[in-house]
Amino acid sequence: MNLIDAIGSFGFSILRLSTPIIFAALACTVTKKAGLLNMSVEGMMLTAALAGVLVSAVTQSVILGILGAVAAGCAVGLIVSTVNLVGKSELYLTCIAMNLIATGGTTFALYMITGTKGTTFSYLPSLAVPNIDIPLIKDIPLLGRIVSGHSVLTYLAFLTALLTWVLIFKTRLGLRLRSVGENANAAQSVGVSVTRIQTYAYIIAGAIGGLGGAFMSMSYVSWFSREMVAGRGFIGLSANNIANGNPFIALLFSIIFGSADATSNVLQLTDAGMAYFIKMLPYVITIVSMVIMSLLEINRRKKMKQQVVAKAIAELHLEGKDH
Amino acid sequence: MSSLLRVEHLTKVYSNGFVANKDINFAVEPSEIHALVGENGAGKTTLMRILFGMEDFQGGSIYIQEKPIVPKSPLDAIGHGIGMIHQHFMLVPSLSVAENIVLGMEPVKGGFFDYEEAVRATEETAKKYRFDDLNVRSKVADISVGSMQKVEILKALFRGAKVLIMDEPTAVLTPQETRELFEQLRRLKEQGHSIIFISHKLEEIMELCDRVTILRKGECLGTYDIQDMTQESISRLMIGRDVELKFARETHDTGNDVLKVQNLIVVGDDGKRKVDNVSFHVQRGEVVGIAGVEGSGQSQLASAIAGSGEYHYGSVVLNDLEVSGQSVRSMREKGMAYIPEDRMKDGATVNQSVRDNIIADRYYDPKFRKGIFLNRKAIDEFVNRCIKDFEIACDDADQPVRMLSGGNIQKVVVAREFTSGCNFILAEQPTRGIDVGTTEMIRRRIISMSHENQVGTLLISADLNELLEVSDRILVMYKGKITASFRNMEEVNEEILGEYMLGVKKMSEEEMEGQA
Repeated sequence: MNLIDAIGSFGFSILRLSTPIIFAALACTVTKKAGLLNMSVEGMMLTAALAGVLVSAVTQSVILGILGAVAAGCAVGLIVSTVNLVGKSELYLTCIAMNLIATGGTTFALYMITGTKGTTFSYLPSLAVPNIDIPLIKDIPLLGRIVSGHSVLTYLAFLTALLTWVLIFKTRLGLRLRSVGENANAAQSVGVSVTRIQTYAYIIAGAIGGLGGAFMSMSYVSWFSREMVAGRGFIGLSANNIANGNPFIALLFSIIFGSADATSNVLQLTDAGMAYFIKMLPYVITIVSMVIMSLLEINRRKKMKQQVVAKAIAELHLEGKDH
Repeated sequence: MSSLLRVEHLTKVYSNGFVANKDINFAVEPSEIHALVGENGAGKTTLMRILFGMEDFQGGSIYIQEKPIVPKSPLDAIGHGIGMIHQHFMLVPSLSVAENIVLGMEPVKGGFFDYEEAVRATEETAKKYRFDDLNVRSKVADISVGSMQKVEILKALFRGAKVLIMDEPTAVLTPQETRELFEQLRRLKEQGHSIIFISHKLEEIMELCDRVTILRKGECLGTYDIQDMTQESISRLMIGRDVELKFARETHDTGNDVLKVQNLIVVGDDGKRKVDNVSFHVQRGEVVGIAGVEGSGQSQLASAIAGSGEYHYGSVVLNDLEVSGQSVRSMREKGMAYIPEDRMKDGATVNQSVRDNIIADRYYDPKFRKGIFLNRKAIDEFVNRCIKDFEIACDDADQPVRMLSGGNIQKVVVAREFTSGCNFILAEQPTRGIDVGTTEMIRRRIISMSHENQVGTLLISADLNELLEVSDRILVMYKGKITASFRNMEEVNEEILGEYMLGVKKMSEEEMEGQA
């Protein structure tokens, strides 16, 4: 295998591995803009992954399979937001519980349907989302190798970033979403229902997370296996935290984290220890960048206060009041 | 002439039985700027929250243009033409001015938010009410506080408000911005709008308003034409003249300084000077009172002294020890006792027992220890004596503090603080919201601690009666500065204090030194 080929296939695998992270990050972006952290994205994706396999196996339709996954994601979003907003429960505990239910529930369903606890492979005739070649671009040497031939869902992930941006910044719902996230009292005072807007945010997040789940079980592989999301939801959550609600920066960091995944996969063949180290990097990057951001804020505040104090001291000396 | 807004016999009783508003009557005429004044806790805020649909009420009625209404929510109130400009702006910083104005009733074109239409509609309203120099495309985060207030006013007008309620609108403004606001409000008045103007600044009320309604302790004292009033007559009505229960004042010796505060400056997170070059001292055996309208910097001063808040310049010296950087424990060991403002949050751990709360600052004392274990017998003996001495009404020492009444919770705090062997007490609102009996006990204890045990006390209180009864010396804080000092308690009364607290008067350096 020559170098161009190697780079090409590495680039291809970056985009492929970034896809679920992009969906996860965007699912978190929507709720983040409405002022809530979406820790349940992992559960959304896992539930959706199973739903996609089941619906496509039963109906023998890829489209219905994807829609089934999206519906499952939305259902998880609706449950979390209802429990949190109507039931007034602690959001993070609700999300953690939801993730645990998703893990246990999907494994249970898997066992009930197939009689095994591992995978639906060879038990259920589920379908895969087709890959598409992009005309013209597929013939460009390196570039074609990297960007052409991906799953429809991979292209959809990039499109979703754009759509999320449009939703947040160009629609009425987006305006309300941002106002609720930034100053809920202000939104409430002009008759915007905070509960309703946050519920919408969670349902939209569920739909996007659902696409991520569909990618896992209908593109990445064409079956469901237990705990197959394996932390990708949390990595997306981290990418979104760094991006602070900007869908394009969330996209960028998802790809950076996807690259870490791809690098780790390559190293798995040669240096397994290093591979695990690199798998850890997205989380390390998240923690480090959060510390840096908060230090910058502390520093800004300190400087502002120093300026005010300096001015006050100058006034004191001017008036000769310093005893 | 029919009133624009009229309130009749309005009564509000909170679920805990506290009567916040009692039989309030007042009317706002068209094209009128109507001041509403009263001390903290007089019921102004509750009244405004009722009018704006944020609180329900138990009796009476509200009329808009002689039509009875019951505002159920802020949205409902706006629908009836009542707008409110809150002290804390209800704005979304990252959105533009136009987006903030149309929020909740956004124009839509082809499924998308129509920003250009929002800008057009906002500019039209701004022009109608002559809000010049407001760039409606700017982000709210980038505009000045004065402009933010304009956006708030515009938001209410855009929604068709005829009556604007403004809660302390000038508190956040510079003098120039205040002048600009007043011109704006006068223009609105000419256009037929009415304004309910809530303020502590009597000077501004005299300048701007047509009439004034005065509240005291939840009751309405009546509405007066401004031209018949003076700042002094308003403040006299606001503060009232209740019979004061004076303690016998005896002369006693005071000694060297226990607390020395010099050139203290505290800057808040908003970049404002909360405490602005404050210097004073407290001697042994002396009670120094600090008076001031809430938010004049007293709480920042208290937390700087208590060591729980930072300060940015100057020094706080407690018994020759610079407070900055000291741990709470070392300050307590140096002789500090502290009764914090919020007894439920800072004064006591409410889920723990009376016993645990009383020994919280001394469980490590060898007297209460047996090796690495607690000496339960010694502790119980001490705690039971405290319960008896301070008349704490509890089942036993094991009862969790949250089960006690407010007055008894404060007794637990006081029992701990007054038995710690301190020589300095920082008492922040020690009797707020507490029954008369406990109040008297706490005041007597403070006095006897200072006179008999030579303890120095700094008493921060909103209760002027309390300050006048207990203090040997009173300082007044206004906008972070000390603006008055009184040594002779015979020469001072609530009206005089009120004038300094509201910034009507200010002592010069020389006058204060003459008193010190």
